[in-house]
Amino acid sequence: VFKRFVEIGRVAFISFGPHAGKLVAIVDVIDQNRALVDGPCSGVRRQAMPFKCMQLTDFVLKFPHSARQKCVRLAWEKENINEKWAATRWAKKIEAREKKAKMTDFDRYKVMKAKKMRNRIIKHEMKKLQKMSSKKGKKPEKSEKAPKSEKAPKSEKAPKAQKAQK
Amino acid sequence: MAGEKAASEKKPGEKAAGEKKPGKKKTAEKKPAEQKASQKEVGEKKKKIKKHHASRNPVLARGIGRYSRSAMYARKALYKRKYTAPETKIEKKKKEKPRATITKPVGGDKNGGSRVVKIRKMPRYYPTEDVPRKLLSHGKKPFCQHKRRLRASITPGTVLILLTGRHRGKRVIFLKQLATGLLLVTGPLVINRVPLRRAHQKFVIATSTKVDISGVKIPKHLTDAYFKKKRLRKPKHQEGEIFDTEKEKYEITEQRKSDQKAVDSQILARIKKVPQLRGYLRSTFCLSNGVYPHKLVF
Repeated sequence: VFKRFVEIGRVAFISFGPHAGKLVAIVDVIDQNRALVDGPCSGVRRQAMPFKCMQLTDFVLKFPHSARQKCVRLAWEKENINEKWAATRWAKKIEAREKKAKMTDFDRYKVMKAKKMRNRIIKHEMKKLQKMSSKKGKKPEKSEKAPKSEKAPKSEKAPKAQKAQK
Repeated sequence: MAGEKAASEKKPGEKAAGEKKPGKKKTAEKKPAEQKASQKEVGEKKKKIKKHHASRNPVLARGIGRYSRSAMYARKALYKRKYTAPETKIEKKKKEKPRATITKPVGGDKNGGSRVVKIRKMPRYYPTEDVPRKLLSHGKKPFCQHKRRLRASITPGTVLILLTGRHRGKRVIFLKQLATGLLLVTGPLVINRVPLRRAHQKFVIATSTKVDISGVKIPKHLTDAYFKKKRLRKPKHQEGEIFDTEKEKYEITEQRKSDQKAVDSQILARIKKVPQLRGYLRSTFCLSNGVYPHKLVF
């Protein structure tokens, strides 16, 4: 049922508070509600932090409990947590959300145009598929055309994301 | 006594140093001692203006001087110092008196000949009580002297969103701020049918999108008077036909068309350089579900 546990070395994401949005490693457990936490590579000083504001990630580091900051830093850099984190979907979603909030009026217009164009292409392909399936038999043609048309809309996603980034 | 003597000795000496024109004339009499001083004066005249003498009225107690007004007059030699400012050109012109009367021809019954009419006539009514003096007010300026401010987010070339008026929701390019503080704005006309027009700063959203308008020359005659609405106001005989004479239908004058063309042609070239900007200006701004203006970044 639970896959991520609070343990020594667990990397956690801070969801609210003064250090919101940063990653920390759990160094030690103080009591039921608090942990000693340290984020040498993310700009968080070694401090006590309540579990409530932490959200556990998939990463675990290897260091003994109450290890000093240098050890935590070494373990962090050895595992390359910063890069691994940036590659996760979680971090990408956060980044996309931030970008969307920063969009200006002109950007919104450009995104609207890109979305419209993409949907048109998808609809076009769908219509083609439907026509094919309605004209001829269902089995042979549909299975052939389906994988081909799915590739086309996915390639349109990439330019849209690029436009949003602009 | 000694004090007076010293004071009287001081007088001729100081006179020469302190006074320029009359002093100069007097130094001609006292040649040997004063020649140096006069030469110095000429040289010094160019550099410093006037060396002011210390007070010739020694203080007895605070606010009380030793000498009376008339004694001071003599001590300061004011009988010699009577200056008049040179007559300026304006004063010379002023001497020409304005025309008081004008002659007009007599028409009507007693035709022919002329009569003399005063230009400035005496008032035909004097109020029984004088006009009461108005209370002093501080800092209340008329509209023409008000300070005009412009938001920092609005610079020439900014795309603005109009919020009121018949062009509400349209995106428009800001050109400059006019003398009354209103913003001069243009569609351009071919893009969204907004002509050269004035917009109020408060009823406008400034977006962060800017077009480079650095080289665009806006004609100088586009002022508030140019854009002001014209009203006819002289029906001579009001016999029920008042409304017909007033200008109901607004007609676009040729001058407006030519000005529009002149400005827009310069701007359109710059708009073309930015991709998708033309389509952006053509579209209108609107809110929909889940869109909250306080959360939008413009």
